[in-house]
Amino acid sequence: MNTATSKTAGGATSVSLALAGSGGAGVMTAGNMLLEAAAQAGYFGLMTRTSGPQIRGGEAAAMLRIATYAVEGPDDRFDALLAVDWQNIARFSAEIPLDAQSLLIGDPAQGAAPEALLERGAQSVPLALKALAKSIKGGWPNMVALGLLAGFAGIPDDAVIAAIRKSMKKGGDALAASIAAAQLGMAEAQRLPHRMPLAPPQGRRSGRWLVTGNQAAGYGAIRGGIRFVAAYPITPATELLEWMAPALTRVGGTLVQAEDELASINMILGASYGGAPSLTATSGPGLSLMSEALGLGVAAELPLVVVDVMRTGPSTGIATKTEQSDVNIALYGMHGDAPHIVVAPNSIGDCVRATQWAVTLAESLQTPAIVLSDQSFGQARAVIERPADLAFTGRRKLADANTKDYKRYALTESGVSPMAIPGTPGVTYTADGLEHSERGTPSSQASDHLAQLDKRQRKLASIDYGDYWADVEGDGELAVITFGSCTGPVREAFARARADGLTARLVSLRLLSPVQPEKLAKALAGVKRALVIEQNHSAQFLRYLRAEYDIAPKLTSFHRPGPLPFRPEEIRHRLIDWSRL
Amino acid sequence: MTAVAAVAFTPQSYKSDVKPVWCPGCGDFSVLSAVTKALAKLELPPEQVAVVSGIGCSSRMPAYTNCYGFHGVHGRALPAATGLKVARPDLTVIAAGGDGDGYSIGGNHFLHACRRNVDMVYIVMDNRVYGMTKGQPSPTTEPDWDSKLSPHGTGLREFYPLVIALASGANFIARAFAGDPNGCAELIGQAIRTPGFSFIEVLSPCVTFRPEQRDWKAMAHPAAVTPTDDPARAARRLMTDDGFNIGVLYAGSRSPYRPQQAPRVKPAELEKEFAL
Amino acid sequence: MTAKRSQSKKAATPTKSAKRRVTRSAPPKAGFGDFMKQAYAMELEAATRYAEFADQMEVANNREVADLFRKLAGIETLHAKKILEQMGWKTPPADLAPFRWEGLEGPETGEHNDLHYLMQPYHALQIALRNEQRAAEFFASIARRALPPAVLDAAREMAGEEREHVELVKDWLARVPKPEKDWDVDLDPPNFND
Repeated sequence: MNTATSKTAGGATSVSLALAGSGGAGVMTAGNMLLEAAAQAGYFGLMTRTSGPQIRGGEAAAMLRIATYAVEGPDDRFDALLAVDWQNIARFSAEIPLDAQSLLIGDPAQGAAPEALLERGAQSVPLALKALAKSIKGGWPNMVALGLLAGFAGIPDDAVIAAIRKSMKKGGDALAASIAAAQLGMAEAQRLPHRMPLAPPQGRRSGRWLVTGNQAAGYGAIRGGIRFVAAYPITPATELLEWMAPALTRVGGTLVQAEDELASINMILGASYGGAPSLTATSGPGLSLMSEALGLGVAAELPLVVVDVMRTGPSTGIATKTEQSDVNIALYGMHGDAPHIVVAPNSIGDCVRATQWAVTLAESLQTPAIVLSDQSFGQARAVIERPADLAFTGRRKLADANTKDYKRYALTESGVSPMAIPGTPGVTYTADGLEHSERGTPSSQASDHLAQLDKRQRKLASIDYGDYWADVEGDGELAVITFGSCTGPVREAFARARADGLTARLVSLRLLSPVQPEKLAKALAGVKRALVIEQNHSAQFLRYLRAEYDIAPKLTSFHRPGPLPFRPEEIRHRLIDWSRL
Repeated sequence: MTAVAAVAFTPQSYKSDVKPVWCPGCGDFSVLSAVTKALAKLELPPEQVAVVSGIGCSSRMPAYTNCYGFHGVHGRALPAATGLKVARPDLTVIAAGGDGDGYSIGGNHFLHACRRNVDMVYIVMDNRVYGMTKGQPSPTTEPDWDSKLSPHGTGLREFYPLVIALASGANFIARAFAGDPNGCAELIGQAIRTPGFSFIEVLSPCVTFRPEQRDWKAMAHPAAVTPTDDPARAARRLMTDDGFNIGVLYAGSRSPYRPQQAPRVKPAELEKEFAL
Repeated sequence: MTAKRSQSKKAATPTKSAKRRVTRSAPPKAGFGDFMKQAYAMELEAATRYAEFADQMEVANNREVADLFRKLAGIETLHAKKILEQMGWKTPPADLAPFRWEGLEGPETGEHNDLHYLMQPYHALQIALRNEQRAAEFFASIARRALPPAVLDAAREMAGEEREHVELVKDWLARVPKPEKDWDVDLDPPNFND
């Protein structure tokens, strides 16, 4: 099997590690420190987590990938799983695939490893974690675990110590004990049956970020100009709001916790009407609630941004897991004909620019923009290159004071009509969800309805969306069309498939609405067949492509619902098979 | 006539074998226990009882009972319960949830459920925080309570659910305390027996996000007054209530909403008005 | 609202339970049979509560304390059985309506609020100790009342038994490790699911 955890002569380019435990084991904390250590050492990395349903005391696992190159998704398998204890850890067996080359490290004092983790031949390695931790006054098993995994991956001592210091700012005895425990773990790593030391790190560490997708989106929003947020907590979007609350205050903005999503969306409509670029963040169930008011945003031509951190649906679904199944509601969720903007970031770093872009588009086109992020971005933490700044131009077109005969919804050629901001004299108007005349007066006239529908549609085609509308990479007669979090694993699959002599083109759409037929046609020029990859049960993205585009190449679908991520090998495999048909 | 052996209902009869995911120490364990005790005392067959909830820690309750359960969407336990009870007046309907689910997103429905006065019980397990989403302030959170979404506190005066219930027309208003499961069971039993919309707010400490609520044990006390059926007097009491009075605080005599449901004509009769 | 709201954020430490709210305490019913029913109800409630605690600890992956509570539940069940045997009751008495206790629940019943998902055997045994002490006090206080001799005798005997239990728990306590200062530290934040 072709795996990415290839050991070149100089070391591994990618190592995948999992740390599991229950009830206070502190595996998330240790996992975060390990990621920090990798970052300090100059490596890239990605950490996701999983847990049982308990609010406290439940079983949990931190899953890390550390690499010499930027990684945008998980690998096919894990090189090591270290369990502080085994209680209910078997439930994670599908999420932590092991094989005969994997080490399954556990404390013999905690009993035998569960069968589900051993069945693929992982090598059981006893490690008296608790005893080791106890040998240091104030030492914790999860710190020994941290050191051990760092030693397994060849992450240097000083990076680990730096990470611990950063996390334990209080210092003192607790810090010293944790460092000692980690060092003990690193020493123990030398006694493992084998290790996977990473090759030396590439590039410069400075200028990189350690960030979550939710944070990145929040930052992108502020960069785009958002200064008012009203929102209601919902998993997995809550951290975006928690990051934005103090951040907004620091830049002079405000965040209001609303009583529900209906209040949230209507609050930002009000703020936007008042001139403030506004945003809310939610997930599928919340977006459903916002449908009606989003339509109001379209009808009254009010800019706003809704970040939908997609989770497994439908209904309450699985709140803590990912899926790409809100394509339908994002595109088609409003009643009536309500064209609007839908943008999908395709990596954690991309969450910054995509959200910033969405703000710019919403403001300049005076309409709602939905940003389709997902839980695998939102709650994952990654070491990435600092996302390059993109200067998006475009701001709200404002009406001048005392414009004679001001018409808020004037039928301009572009479709974008200047917007009067409350406080500006001589251009007062009433924003309305009712269909209206150019002046904004409610109208039931067929001519007005048609004219305004045309205007609202026309304006979306009035700007050039530029190159940022999609990532188009590679060449060939075969193509993969995808969006969002599938992009990373596809990119990695492509890189591996090159070794098999397969070349293909990748088209990862960022702009789902409005559709870009010319751009897509150009991107697919010469392509005979395309594989559409997405993470949902009913192939929503494929249906959208078929419905909205005239696509020349023959389309085949590779789709699967959440929550398990796509892995590079299965995509590579599918590509090879499909290419030979 | 042969005597039918009485089926003995114990609290255990109402417990399912699904183990709650609540944190050890959570007040909701006591409330679950109290519900089962009340149902056992009333000897209601589990299949005659429906527990309807929204989303949140407290709203997980239906699956932990052996009754019929409905775990709906956030904030909409009351409309679902209303629909169920109106369509099936023979059932005992208990709506349950937390303070976030009930007073925030569910606030509007709360007003109207009290107004409508359908015969059901609404139990709110109030811990003054959003537990399920990691500790945001809820409508009953004190104005100065620190949290990530509202650092330095919301600065907003908290919601007085009992006053709102009274003003909206609830027929039975009580407060219970999870630290007193037997008292809680008593009140739930009373609420079930009382026709109309019976609202019980249960102070149910959150051991994870509000550990300071251990102090509630010392603060909860039996209400020093007898329940009244005079709304004006109840209003005065509730507006000056210290938040820890336990007992029935208002018991009115509004008749419950009961649409006429016996059929009076056959469907075919209806087309007579169209006939020429 | 005139309530004083506590702003203390100290983590819950189940070492000392606040004094239980005292409700109107009613004297036990006059007869010996009723007294034994109440004693039986007390043991049963204690056993049921310990079993609930064991379940909760299992869900929280605290196997050690779950097993301990399971053991305690078993012990109380035995005590309850003993009463059935002593009284010659072939089936448990049916009318065990909640008795009026001195506190809010039976004296031997642990309080839900005293649990912590990271609690250690020491903490669990502290709960058991308090339970047994309260039970002993309960019977002792009955023995001081003006009641039929049969009841007084039984009360004194049960008080004696509960005092033995207190000693047994103290022994047990001496054999388990005292928790470290940081026993309730969980470096990971709470989880959330809906």
